[in-house]
Amino acid sequence: MITLLTRDLKLAFRSGSTTILGIAFFLIVLLLVPLSLEPSRPMLIKLAPGVLWIALILSCLLSLDRIFHLDLQDGTLEILTISPLPLEGLVLVKSLAHWITTCLPLIMLVPLMGLLYNVPNDTIIWMIISLLSGTPALSVIGSFAASITLGVNRGGLLLSLLVLPLYIPTLIFGTEVIRRSLDGSSNVTPLVFLLAISASSIALLPIATGSAIKINLN
Amino acid sequence: MSLWKYTNPNKFMKLSSKILPSLSILSFLLVFTGLTWGFFFTPDDFRQGSTVKIIYLHVPAAMIAINTWFVMLVGSLIWIVRRHHISSLIAKSAAPVGLTMTIVTLATGSIWGKPMWGAFWAWDPRLTSFFILFLFYLGYMALWRSIRDQQKVADLAALLCIVGSVFALLSRYAVNFWNQGLHQGASLSLDKEENIANVFYWPLLVTISGFLLFFITVLLIRTRTEIRLRQISNIIITNKLN
Repeated sequence: MITLLTRDLKLAFRSGSTTILGIAFFLIVLLLVPLSLEPSRPMLIKLAPGVLWIALILSCLLSLDRIFHLDLQDGTLEILTISPLPLEGLVLVKSLAHWITTCLPLIMLVPLMGLLYNVPNDTIIWMIISLLSGTPALSVIGSFAASITLGVNRGGLLLSLLVLPLYIPTLIFGTEVIRRSLDGSSNVTPLVFLLAISASSIALLPIATGSAIKINLN
Repeated sequence: MSLWKYTNPNKFMKLSSKILPSLSILSFLLVFTGLTWGFFFTPDDFRQGSTVKIIYLHVPAAMIAINTWFVMLVGSLIWIVRRHHISSLIAKSAAPVGLTMTIVTLATGSIWGKPMWGAFWAWDPRLTSFFILFLFYLGYMALWRSIRDQQKVADLAALLCIVGSVFALLSRYAVNFWNQGLHQGASLSLDKEENIANVFYWPLLVTISGFLLFFITVLLIRTRTEIRLRQISNIIITNKLN
C-alpha cells in the first residue's frame, strides 16, 4: 500500500499541474470574493469561513475526476482490483493521495488567507483545525462520487452535481467551527460532528466506492 | 411471502393492469373531492384569510416528495440484495415523480410565503432541506440518464441512492444545526399542526390519500413503461445477435 501511495504521489508531482492548479484556483476564488462583494474589513471577516470552505470545495472538485480516471484508461485499475490488495485499501490510498496533493497545500495557505481577509490569529488556528478535520471527508466522499461517474464520458459535470449535495454537511459543520470561534462561543459541537463525519466516511464509504469500481469494471 | 411473486415482470404487469383503471379513477376522485372541498367549502382562517388553503396542495406534495425517496431507497436495497430487476425500475420510475412533487412543494410554499411572510423564500431549515432534496433527485436522475449499460447504471444508481440517503438524513440535521443549533424546533410555525381545526383536517386527509393513490398510479404506469422498454431493448439485442 505504501508503494501505491508513493507511486500516486510521484505521478501527481511529475504531472505537476494538480497541486499548482489547485493552489492557483484557490487564490483566484479568494481574489474574486472581495472584488465582487465588499472589500471592507468587517465584511471580509464575516465572509471568511464560508469563502474558505467554498474555495476549498471547488478546488477539490477540480482534481476529483482524475483520481481513478488515468488508471482506468491505461488498465492499471483492473490489475489493481485483482491484486491481493483489498479494494477498500486501494480506495483509501487514492483518497489519501488526493488529500496530500490537493487539500494539504491549501491548508498550508490558510495563514495567507487569514492575512488577506483580516482574520484574527486564533481564528486562523481554528481554520486550520477545521480544515484538517473536514478535508479527509471531502477526499473520501469525492472518491466515492468519482467511482460512480468512472465510466461516463466528460463525467466532470455529473461528478460535481453528485458530490456537492454530499458535501453539504461537511461544509455546514466546517464553517460553523470557524464562525463560532469568531463569535467567541464554544465550537466543540460542530468540531465533534465534523470529526465524526470524517471518521465515518473513512470507515464506511470505501466499501461503497470499491463496489462502484467493481461495477464499472465489469 | 406471496408478495415476492410480483417481482416477476409478467405477474407485475398483469396485476398492475388489473388495478390501474380503478386506482386512477379513485385517486382522481379523491384529489378532486379533497381540493374542491378544501378550496371552496371551508371557511377562511381568521388569521390567514384564504391563502392558507394552499396547504391542500403543499402538504400532500411535501409528504409524497419525502416518501418517494424512501420508496427509492427500499427499491435500491431490494435490487442490491435480491437482484429483482423490477425493484431497480421502480426506483428509477419514482425519481421523476419525487422531483415533481418537490418542485410543487417549493413553488406552492413560495406562493404561500409571499402574502404570509412578505418573501418568496427564506433560508430556514425546512425550505433549505427541501432544496437539498431537489438537488438529490436531480443528481439521481442525471446518473440514470448518463450511462448506457442498463445493468451497470442500475447498480450504480442503487449505490448512490443508499449513500445519498445517509447524507440526506445527515444534511437534515446539519441544516437544523446551521440555522438554530441542535435542539431548537423550527420557528416558522406555519405548518399543518397549527391549522388542524377539524373543519380543515378532513379535506386535508382526503387530499393526502388522493395524492398517495396518485403517486402509486403514476409509479405503476412509469414502471410498466420501463419494463416494456427493457423488454423491447432485449428483443432488439436478441434479434441483432441472431
